[in-house]
Amino acid sequence: MALLSKKDTNLILDPLADNNPITIQVLGICSALAITAELKASIVMAISVLFVMGMGNVVISLMRNIIPSKIRIIVQLIVVAALVIMVDQVLKAFAYELSKTLSVFVGLIITNCIIMGRFEAFALANGTWRSFLDGIGNAAGYGVILIIIGFFRELLGSGTLLGYKVLGDPITKTGLYAIGYENNGFMLLSPMALIVVGLIIWVQRSRNKALIEEN
Amino acid sequence: MAINTEKNSYTVIFAAIMVVIVGSLLAFIASSLSEKIGENQRLEKQQNILYAMGVNENVDEGSVNFVSTDKVAAEFEKYIKEQLVIQGDKITKDDNAYLIDLKKQETEAKAGNVRKLPLFVGEKDGKTYYIIPMRGKGLWDAVWGFMALDDNMVVQGVFFDHKGETPGLGANINQRYFMDDFTGESILDNNRYVGISVAKGNNDPINERKDDNAVDALAGATITGDGVSAMIRQTVNLYKPYLETIRAKK
Repeated sequence: MALLSKKDTNLILDPLADNNPITIQVLGICSALAITAELKASIVMAISVLFVMGMGNVVISLMRNIIPSKIRIIVQLIVVAALVIMVDQVLKAFAYELSKTLSVFVGLIITNCIIMGRFEAFALANGTWRSFLDGIGNAAGYGVILIIIGFFRELLGSGTLLGYKVLGDPITKTGLYAIGYENNGFMLLSPMALIVVGLIIWVQRSRNKALIEEN
Repeated sequence: MAINTEKNSYTVIFAAIMVVIVGSLLAFIASSLSEKIGENQRLEKQQNILYAMGVNENVDEGSVNFVSTDKVAAEFEKYIKEQLVIQGDKITKDDNAYLIDLKKQETEAKAGNVRKLPLFVGEKDGKTYYIIPMRGKGLWDAVWGFMALDDNMVVQGVFFDHKGETPGLGANINQRYFMDDFTGESILDNNRYVGISVAKGNNDPINERKDDNAVDALAGATITGDGVSAMIRQTVNLYKPYLETIRAKK
């Protein structure tokens, strides 16, 4: 028997494109705007959300039959907050440098609507394995968009990728800067992230007409 | 038998058990990792102090690489000759001065007590460096750093860091292109202690002018820049009496 049935594969692949949490469900936009000025920050955020959402979905799914419905949102919040604190503590002890980058985003992970949304919509009603796949799939869909936005913002805004100067040196005027290229400071501001998200949505919907809603 | 999860008593018991489990789990993780985390923070402080006086492992002109953690304790011993604690007129030597928490000292000062000011005297290639730690407010949270001065009150190097400034904007105060601009600037203007301001639009992007007590600001990070300026000004004022004695000795 294959490890993943067709349905299981769809749980992972759907959120990557046709049911992407950011571009289709329009969730998690706030963090996508706030932290994508650098590619490194986008990648770190994507990895942390992957862990928190995968584990969180498993925990909520395991507890789904014993959670009192009246306090289920609080229970979900406690689970995600506890996971985020654990990740942060472990990173502080074993990957101190990375934890300093991550600590800024801890609050953002806890308040990320995609995580609470998946707990509420999927993990509370499905088995552990499928919930895990759903968590991983949605986090990956979120991460892919974050990395795309981070890539363009850092490249066009600072002329670097992961801190490496890829377009030349803006001060000594080498590379592209030698022929008059200037960094676009607007790319580093949050509104530009929204425009990049808009462009991704545009590209995605023009490639797949089925995604366009009928009025 | 199915559990009735709708009963109030069940909800209360569930909440209580959950709080106890999650609380103990987090407490266990925090306490078992606290020693390792504390050690990381101590090494980081030593790395930052050494970085300010130019002891680092930078490979090119853009990188910020500290002395590696396995070597930092030995290097700190080698380069930092004296650690002083200044408290009012009293100056004492203390080998753990780098562990003084500036935030706590600020609270002490607000409560009317005299604060402890740590200062590190480093020596490299026959030259003496006076390294001052500092702490201030950025846009979102704390910013802090170390500034190495020579006995003419000219900056020999700085290190800045922050807790939660905006990535790509204010967070860039810990980047080389910003920190390197401080080297060569004087904190004195005609014998007055003015510090160094992070100035917007001073038409000096590569900071060629070293006599204007200003470095070029980070685009889009006005408040973080103002925070760094204020932090330097306030710290220089606090250390002024001691800095005067250094200049007098010269």
